[in-house]
Amino acid sequence: MPTDRIGVYVCHCGTNIAGTVDVKALAENASRLPGVAASRDYKYMCSNPGQDLIRKDIPELGLTRVVVAACSPLMHETTFRRACQEAGLNPFLFQMVNIREQCSWVVEEKEAATEKAKALTEAAVRRVALHEPLEARSVPVNPNTLVVGGGIAGIEACLKIADSGRRVYLVEKEPSIGGRMAQFDKTFPTLDCAACILTPKMVSVGQHENIELLSYAEVEEVSGHVGNFKVKVRKKARYVDEETCTGCGRCQEVCPKKVPSEFDLGLGVRKAIYTPFPQAVPNIPVMDRENCLYFITGGRACRICEKDCTAGAIDFKQEDRVLELEVGAIIIATGYDLFDCRRAKEYGYGVLENVLTSLEFERLCHAGGPTGGKILLKDGREPSSVAILHCIGSRDQNYNQYCSRVCCMYSMKFAHLVREKVPGARVYELYIDLRAFGKGYEEFYKRVLSEDVVFIRGRAAEVTTFAETPEEEGKLIVKCEDTLLGVPRRIPVDMVILSPAMEPRRDNEAMARIFSLGRSADGFFLERHPKLAPVSTASDGIMVAGACQGPKDIPDSVAQGAAAAAEALSMIDRGAFQIEPLTSVIDEEICSGCRICYELCPSSAIELDEKMRVCRVVEALCKGCGICAAACPSGAARQNGFDDRQILAEVQVVASAGGGVGRA
Amino acid sequence: MKKAEESRGAGERGGEGFEPRIVGFLCRWCAYAGADLAGTSRIKYPPNVMPIRVMCSGRVDPVFVIKALMEGADGVLIAGCHPGDCHYRGGNYIARKRFLAMQRLLDYLGIDPKRVRLEWISASEGTRYAETVADFTSQIRKLGPISLKVVG
Repeated sequence: MPTDRIGVYVCHCGTNIAGTVDVKALAENASRLPGVAASRDYKYMCSNPGQDLIRKDIPELGLTRVVVAACSPLMHETTFRRACQEAGLNPFLFQMVNIREQCSWVVEEKEAATEKAKALTEAAVRRVALHEPLEARSVPVNPNTLVVGGGIAGIEACLKIADSGRRVYLVEKEPSIGGRMAQFDKTFPTLDCAACILTPKMVSVGQHENIELLSYAEVEEVSGHVGNFKVKVRKKARYVDEETCTGCGRCQEVCPKKVPSEFDLGLGVRKAIYTPFPQAVPNIPVMDRENCLYFITGGRACRICEKDCTAGAIDFKQEDRVLELEVGAIIIATGYDLFDCRRAKEYGYGVLENVLTSLEFERLCHAGGPTGGKILLKDGREPSSVAILHCIGSRDQNYNQYCSRVCCMYSMKFAHLVREKVPGARVYELYIDLRAFGKGYEEFYKRVLSEDVVFIRGRAAEVTTFAETPEEEGKLIVKCEDTLLGVPRRIPVDMVILSPAMEPRRDNEAMARIFSLGRSADGFFLERHPKLAPVSTASDGIMVAGACQGPKDIPDSVAQGAAAAAEALSMIDRGAFQIEPLTSVIDEEICSGCRICYELCPSSAIELDEKMRVCRVVEALCKGCGICAAACPSGAARQNGFDDRQILAEVQVVASAGGGVGRA
Repeated sequence: MKKAEESRGAGERGGEGFEPRIVGFLCRWCAYAGADLAGTSRIKYPPNVMPIRVMCSGRVDPVFVIKALMEGADGVLIAGCHPGDCHYRGGNYIARKRFLAMQRLLDYLGIDPKRVRLEWISASEGTRYAETVADFTSQIRKLGPISLKVVG
């Protein structure tokens, strides 16, 4: 096409691309391709000066099409489309080439990477020449939001949205909201009681007129797209009627069956019918089918709670309900799990008594916990010495490479609490590096240092009960190397607290599938951009907040919850969302009415015109998968933006000798 | 087409230095995002697979595959969402049906069906994408350069 004037822009992305791809050679090569009127390279194309190159060239050089070879289109396609549009060019006369994520970052040799980039860029130039101007479609946004996970991040997101007057559905897997924070005793560095600052927020969620709390429920399926998601939520049977239960707690008192409490990590007991903790929201108990005598005996025994419930709320016949919600935006705040300390056998967790995890110690310190807030050993004595072991399962090649971020701080909080609650107790902190990075954190570290806590720089190697001296008899002996003194040490203590890594939830993989989320190499959910889009994801309209995205403390989780709420609200308030006009069209002149596309369309977006014997695409329903275009035997069905000719132009370049790679 | 055949003599590209040319059709929602993740995780893999983005693996017309092989590709990878995960509900099942039919067609045409592979790769499986590319590249390397005799 001689009238075409194509502009090609090659991004260095600092050294991210230019370090592996010869960007000059790439731009030079592109300049010789047919129709190319300008070919430039620039350090950061996505920056304002970078975009200005495009915005200036379009009118000055009369460009009719633009190609940008840079990062993934999932990252910056919209950025450059907007730049084209601002200069008066239809944004769909643009094509992006991914020479970073799928080239410079994954190809080792510079020559091979450059060849691959050349081929991909040429493919884009040939493809863009066949592009047609398209108009973006605007879809109305459903003003309701779904928040998944009722920990502090999810709670914050809910309240922010609900306070603005918009409706929120909060789905929580457990019987109560509150999440991990509800299990904590005090929070660093202020030593606020966690319950005191969390409970009022939980109550607000429970009472808010704009929040529909679906506790003891899980998301099963998500369909649709940004602005109009359809979500299936399974509300598990509580066997207690939520409408009639008054939350008096009588059932929990009379229930004869005792079970280790999950909330107390097995350190305390609960009943078979229970609320996880007294401040639970909603304050409605759940019957645990696995342990309830009525269910165990097949309905022949017990029913004591039913007889004693004055409200008549017990309902043994209750069944799971599947609700269908329609929402415009989704916020995922599903939190974290702790590293299973049994995996690191050298520390004796699960084998030696009085080796605890940090969360177990939180419950021990908690006034509402199994010991009423007393720090006690298994035999009921107070410990005279405690060792706190940092970095269990984190900063460790065998388990997780990353730093779990919060452990240094809560470990020091533990040291303070031990010193406060057990006067005279010796406390040892065994650390690799101390990371006190937040506001007021370094000051807290200084404070704990002055409280006669012994800091030993060295990762603990082992916890054992094999005594070598009379003083070690009956103690847990922590073996380590004090790297500052350069000597191995044996420290006899009564109690060992392990600070395990915060890990992705065990069901993160399944969750990632349900919500079409990416996960980073460590298994946490992947944000759209680590710095500039920390709560957005690659799926439009789905945000992440809190520790499901990576280890985080409470202030950061709250900040992300609020940020995710802002993302959702800005979309809702706009009222509409632009979606790519990649719908299919059927040329009625060619269509023979064979109905193959009609049968295959997963969105039921194709209708039959019986009279004319042709098929037609209902644009409002078409989601743009292109299945019909691939199936149509006569070529009548085409997909906008992914036309056969456009794809084949790419195929031709990358498959043939022009493909560069392999011409060694 | 004739020209392609001439420039593609097995002798020229065969032998020890043979670098396979592979076309990869990646669905935008899962496999393409998975390939991006391999990049952000800096996982190194062979450069031989040339990615082409499609909205759904169900968009891949068998004509694309045949055309790629005719234009000189030694192999074709089609990668989409795991069964049950298709963004469009079931586009990947259609891709699978087509793939199975295509395998018979390739066999009939005298092309080793192993030159075309269908894989499910999710957005979170960067490692799996890299491994798939490495494995498929070495498989095609073993099969050697494609040699099509064009009739007529």
